[in-house]
Amino acid sequence: MELELMLDVKKIRKDFPILNRTVNGKPLIYFDNAATSQTPKQVIDVIVDYYSNYNANIHRGVHTLSQEATDAYEQARIKIQKHFNAKHPYEIIYTAGTTDSINLVASGFSSLLKKGDEILVSALEHHSNIVPWQMLSERTGAILKVIPMNEDGDLILSEFDDLLNNKTKLVFVNHISNALGTINPIEYMIEKAHAIGAAVLVDGAQSCPHLKPDVQALDVDFYVCSAHKICGPTGVGMLYGKEEWLNKLPPYQGGGEMIAEVTFEKTTYAGLPHKYEAGTPNVSGGIAFGAALDYMNSIGFDAIAKYEHELLEYATEQLKQIEGLKIYGTAKEKTSVISFNVSSIHPYDIGTILDKMGIAVRTGHHCAQPIMDFYKIPGTIRASFMFYNTKEEIDTFITALKKAVMMLS
Amino acid sequence: MTIEEVQNEIIEEFAMFEDWEERYQYMIDLGKSLPIIEEQYKTEDNIIKGCQSKVWVHANLQEDKINFTADSDAIITKGIIAILIRAFSNQHPKAILDANTEFIDKIGLKEHLSPTRANGLVSMIKQLKLYAIAYQTQLN
Repeated sequence: MELELMLDVKKIRKDFPILNRTVNGKPLIYFDNAATSQTPKQVIDVIVDYYSNYNANIHRGVHTLSQEATDAYEQARIKIQKHFNAKHPYEIIYTAGTTDSINLVASGFSSLLKKGDEILVSALEHHSNIVPWQMLSERTGAILKVIPMNEDGDLILSEFDDLLNNKTKLVFVNHISNALGTINPIEYMIEKAHAIGAAVLVDGAQSCPHLKPDVQALDVDFYVCSAHKICGPTGVGMLYGKEEWLNKLPPYQGGGEMIAEVTFEKTTYAGLPHKYEAGTPNVSGGIAFGAALDYMNSIGFDAIAKYEHELLEYATEQLKQIEGLKIYGTAKEKTSVISFNVSSIHPYDIGTILDKMGIAVRTGHHCAQPIMDFYKIPGTIRASFMFYNTKEEIDTFITALKKAVMMLS
Repeated sequence: MTIEEVQNEIIEEFAMFEDWEERYQYMIDLGKSLPIIEEQYKTEDNIIKGCQSKVWVHANLQEDKINFTADSDAIITKGIIAILIRAFSNQHPKAILDANTEFIDKIGLKEHLSPTRANGLVSMIKQLKLYAIAYQTQLN
């Protein structure tokens, strides 16, 4: 209760226009935040302002609009740099999102890996952090190995230690699992990987909405995330890379903006960050990404984490009361994501009935089929909370869920 | 009965329900009570993957009419299958090809047949029509 006051959730909810709408005649309860977060008017306003007042192509115009747009875009890069505590603004590369960032790095490593090299990927990964590495190993002949997990959804670190050897060149792990909410011990994994000379990419898609990563303190080589999960717009994200790595990897896509000099014989590439930013970027998206971080920081990540943890514990307790309900992912360290099934009812059926009552949850395999195979289930129902959700919403959700179970049993 | 007559009959039945709960409860009951496919036909070949729920379809020709059987691992999907099978089974291939699924809209279940819905039903209807094309060719 105290924490709720600290956060003033009532006031916060007024920032999100979408939370006022109804679905199937019922007030919307949005518990699909791990898929995408909602957007506050502070961020929407920034996008509207951009298109209303200074829409222009950046980095190449001498006119006022272009200058203003370029300034705002580069200011946002500095906001992102400061938020993640990168050493330099040019270590922040704008991308189309987490998947794009991962593909950029995977593509870059094609020229650095050779046959027999090893890549480690965690068993908790989203498809976007499995498929690009499979493609990379197909291209290079490098071998993809999997760090296994236990029944609780924790990675088995002793197995990770055993997998590391002098052939290991890259380790990929998500900071937080999208399907189970497990917070992975990335500090430990980064240290161990560095000890044998491997680089580490951490997928922060699910962590950035809930905590504030410090890339220098982590000493991580690459860190990636999407703006749309942090109250920003879709279609924009970032790649943090250590300067030395970004200089080492070749450019990802060719085009305008990423060149220093072009003749038909040879092109000299631009320096960082432009080397990786070919073509006209998502200007409004980048600026709004910065605004989203401003918004989240104005609330404060400590308060967010504490409040969301309270929501998680409250919901977990309530769910456990339901007969036949099984929660998947019971790791000690987890964020406000609960994946579950009730008896043998198909998640799709429960999701459909909940939608009828205005409640948005995710159902299915959450693009993490290997995890579902591990538990031998077709999928789960996933409820994920953000700081604008409330205990009252959880109460309504529990009542609705009980009703759905009754109808379907 | 023609497909249209069966569809009108279903529309009349659904008109008796007062709210979504009654409609869904009816579909769930339909889904539960109908053994709509024989186990031997629930093969990989007959499966339509809809990302979230799976649908199996089997067809055979009896004289000049097609009999469909189908199933799903999700009960609501299965309920809608039961309704679709009732409308399209035991009909001439040509009638199946000419028929539409607008009645689903009229009984308040439109959202389940949206092409973006990941439940396999849209692919299932396509499959019913493909069977109809195949058997139509055979009959000619």
